[in-house]
Amino acid sequence: VAHVAKLARLTLSEAELDLFTEQLGQVLEHASDMNALDLDDVVATAHPFGLVNVLRDDDVRPCLDHDKVIAMAPDAQDGRFAVPRILGEAP
Amino acid sequence: VNSAEQIARDVQSGSMSATSVLEMSLDAIRARNAELNVFLYVDEEGAFEAATKIDARVAHGENVGPLAGVPVALKDNLCQDGIPTTCSSKILEGWRPPYNATVVDRLLAAGAVPVGKTNLDEFAMGSSTENSAFGPTRNPLNPSRVPGGSSGGSAAAVAADMTPLALGSDTGGSIRQPAALCGLIGMKPSYGLVSRYGLIAFASSLDQIGPLTKSVTDAAMLLEAIAGHDAMDSTSLPEPPPSLVAHVNDGVAGKRIGLVRELVDGADEDVVASVERAVEALKESGATIVELSVPEFRLGLSAYYLIAPAEASSNLARFDGVRYGLRVAEGDVTAMMEATRTAGFGEEVKRRIMLGTYALSAGYYDAYYGQALKVRTLTIDAFARAYQQADLLLGATTPSVAFEFGSKTSNPMAMYLSDVFTIPSNLAGEPAISVPFGTGEAGLPTGVQLLGPGRSEAQLLAAARVLEIANG
Repeated sequence: VAHVAKLARLTLSEAELDLFTEQLGQVLEHASDMNALDLDDVVATAHPFGLVNVLRDDDVRPCLDHDKVIAMAPDAQDGRFAVPRILGEAP
Repeated sequence: VNSAEQIARDVQSGSMSATSVLEMSLDAIRARNAELNVFLYVDEEGAFEAATKIDARVAHGENVGPLAGVPVALKDNLCQDGIPTTCSSKILEGWRPPYNATVVDRLLAAGAVPVGKTNLDEFAMGSSTENSAFGPTRNPLNPSRVPGGSSGGSAAAVAADMTPLALGSDTGGSIRQPAALCGLIGMKPSYGLVSRYGLIAFASSLDQIGPLTKSVTDAAMLLEAIAGHDAMDSTSLPEPPPSLVAHVNDGVAGKRIGLVRELVDGADEDVVASVERAVEALKESGATIVELSVPEFRLGLSAYYLIAPAEASSNLARFDGVRYGLRVAEGDVTAMMEATRTAGFGEEVKRRIMLGTYALSAGYYDAYYGQALKVRTLTIDAFARAYQQADLLLGATTPSVAFEFGSKTSNPMAMYLSDVFTIPSNLAGEPAISVPFGTGEAGLPTGVQLLGPGRSEAQLLAAARVLEIANG
């Protein structure tokens, strides 16, 4: 569970880890009714329709207002989203 | 409060002004919002502006639209330009979307007046509205009970006569279950009938926007106003939307309606009794009842609680403190993202992100997510077989009437089980409607559910209308 939390970018307390371990176990146990099925020949459905690529003409269309979008960002610099340092100092 | 049908007629004819209708709506909100916690935000200024324009257009003899002057409540996971939109989550507190959801544009084009944003379970994850970061909503019919969820605020707005119409979203029953618990009509349309553009995604292959109303005709009017192809949603159905209002009184004579054992078994006695009475009412109106068993529906819950969290864990990855909402400053960019998500998401959202991340992780994908997708196929095939024997299906909407606060919060699986009857339609992408029929424990309403094949909305509304008349 601690590994999954890391993948999901969540910090969990010891108490949360214990609680989630138990609760996720209950959900997965309920889902074990599916394991009894022979599904080898069943095709998986990820979406209600068979999704097909939707294409459109390559025309210029209006899009979201740049200033309005940037105005809602937690931090911005020169009209761009700003984030803390990603790369370390050069050696 | 009048029906939307009546209000639109009166406003268009000039016998009532849109601004006076809005005043009544705002008075009702002021009277009970502190007690019930229905609206997270009321846009008085914007609503008055819209209503004033409508009155001016009526005065000029213009046709304003089918929902002329009708106040409407929006679930707070629907984006409205410049209006705070939170998904009932601290991670989006203070965010104002820079655009309208397609449904909001269509409501405005139909002459409706959006009055505000309603409470929900955080990111629509829940069945009681207890998971909101801004406190639970109370059921207007009995404030010691939950209104259902996740569209609990939208259901409460209509049940408390604050607005005659509300929009919700339904991923596993989040429109139909609160409708049943609040004594309303609630419909999940066919997947793709209503554009999801501007609906903040929970599980993209299951989510669908739909109406919560007091009458079947109002539901038909609202759905007609928002349905139809939208180039901004690549999963939007290309076909023209069906005509609904014109078919509301088509009845059920000659229709075969399948009573599905798995959509009744396990429900409380009062709920079962209401379904049985609904069967009699449909028979008296000329329908033939066929008893069916669809065991695959029982597997739906297991598949759903892997598929929906898997999609959610992916969709909610976008809330990382970079582009909108909360940011918790912390060291490097990864530490900032983790601190932001840890502080911003509530417990149920974290639980589902964890579950979904696990179901999708290397080594477990085939056993959980892959298996669930195959069960989804079984559910779709089972529906298709059932529709060879019946035109529509019938069952309960929820296993019980509105329950007490706190009764299911400590046990997520117990809460998840309240969606057992509504989930199959989401997995199949097919429409279903909850209709209030009879009362149960503590005099609270019970809901019965009608399910139909893709794009059978007109037939479902007509059958719902038969039950509405029989329920008196």
